[in-house]
Amino acid sequence: MDALERYEPIIDDYAAFREACERPLPTVVRANGIKADPDRAVAALAAEGVGVTRRAWNPAVLEVDTDKPGNTWPYFHGWIHGQEEVSAIPARVLDPSPGDAVWDTCAAPGSKTTQLADLLDDTGLLVANDDNLGRLSALRSNAERLGATCVAVTNEDARRFTTEGFGIDAFDAVLADVPCTCEGTIRKNADALDTVGREASLNIAALQTDILRRAIRLTREGGTVVYSTCTFAPEENEGVLDRVLDDEPVELVDFDVGLDADPGLTAWADETYDDSLTKAKRFYPHRNDTGGFFCAKLEVGA
Amino acid sequence: MADGNTSHRFERLPANADERAVEGRATRAAVLDYWEERFGVPRDVLAPYTFWEKGAGKIWIAASDVPDGLAVESLGMTFLRTRQEHWKPTTNAAQRFGRHATRNVIDLTREAAEAFVAGEDQDLAWDGDWGYLIAAHDVAAGAAETRGTTGEASDEGSARREPLGVGLYLHGELRSMIPKGRRREF
Repeated sequence: MDALERYEPIIDDYAAFREACERPLPTVVRANGIKADPDRAVAALAAEGVGVTRRAWNPAVLEVDTDKPGNTWPYFHGWIHGQEEVSAIPARVLDPSPGDAVWDTCAAPGSKTTQLADLLDDTGLLVANDDNLGRLSALRSNAERLGATCVAVTNEDARRFTTEGFGIDAFDAVLADVPCTCEGTIRKNADALDTVGREASLNIAALQTDILRRAIRLTREGGTVVYSTCTFAPEENEGVLDRVLDDEPVELVDFDVGLDADPGLTAWADETYDDSLTKAKRFYPHRNDTGGFFCAKLEVGA
Repeated sequence: MADGNTSHRFERLPANADERAVEGRATRAAVLDYWEERFGVPRDVLAPYTFWEKGAGKIWIAASDVPDGLAVESLGMTFLRTRQEHWKPTTNAAQRFGRHATRNVIDLTREAAEAFVAGEDQDLAWDGDWGYLIAAHDVAAGAAETRGTTGEASDEGSARREPLGVGLYLHGELRSMIPKGRRREF
């Protein structure tokens, strides 16, 4: 049995889903408003003969008709950053306000971090953490090329992170874009499904749960946490959220990013999940011609 | 007076020489003076930012105001190399803030700009000061840029000028200071 077959009962138009997973992804970049207005990035790409299609749901997300957007002037100037379309979802859902204190729990290589910095108008404090020292250099160089000055990079285990030293008691908003089995990246990584399966998902779910709990505990009352993965596995998505909803002071809230999405599941295998999980969203490759993604928005209560 | 710099912590630059506690450390006033005197960048452009030293002579610029002595991997972006006779802005600082520069900016043709970002040194005429210059070239402006909606657009006549990075001009030659990891060959 192949790794995606177990999802046949939960995915509408499963044949189209499988077909989409076989196709390569369009090349997509995100325009970086810290250094240039997206209109200027589009004009400069056009001046180099690169065709650009702006995505309706997010005008900073640009499909480009070149395989190498890195070899353009807008890239050199830090006006664009290679970022898959669905990867641009969670920062938009978190939607921080300028001046906010924000924590990105698993930040490297920094696509979502720099998007958050852009949404903050490069103000406030954005703590970009990653436990993998080797990936921090990519995070740092991306943040610098894109001109972000509101980012502090840390190298800690997110499960034990504290706000100590930053002069704040809690964050206004936290992005928990956690390590996952990455099944949704199958369109760009042909070997993405080699080691996945229910066992792998259950193994990594413990880590994901701990990171999400830490994210909630470091968020102020009334603040927002976004939980996201790039996997289809319910064990890593609804399963993690269901466990945390049981004993942390959070609730799921509705959101809309303007992409077609399927609601989160309330039942999987022999488990049932909280009814509010329908507020989470599953982004399947055949719906918007993207990679696969999962995203949930939580509000922290007392 | 303490000397040197505690290399694993971000230490805030003193406001001015009177408040300096660490020998040789650049002051906030001197950093703003440098950008204004050398490149004509108005002080109010940099006024909202905080400035830090981590690593001897390495000055960082941050939008965030955090307590002194923070032990993190990075805070904002590397901005300026001090503790040497001629201070040197970083490539990323020149790109981020160089649009506000009005002097010591050398405009490059497309060919010269390509050579510059490939890391090549080149013979070029320049009748201004020697030393560190901001190298720039023209890039399509785009409708929003000419309207100035980013808040960073220059005046109309130079709205298409865009800083590339820092070059060192000496004896008729512009040496590219673009770091290896930022070089590009088009």
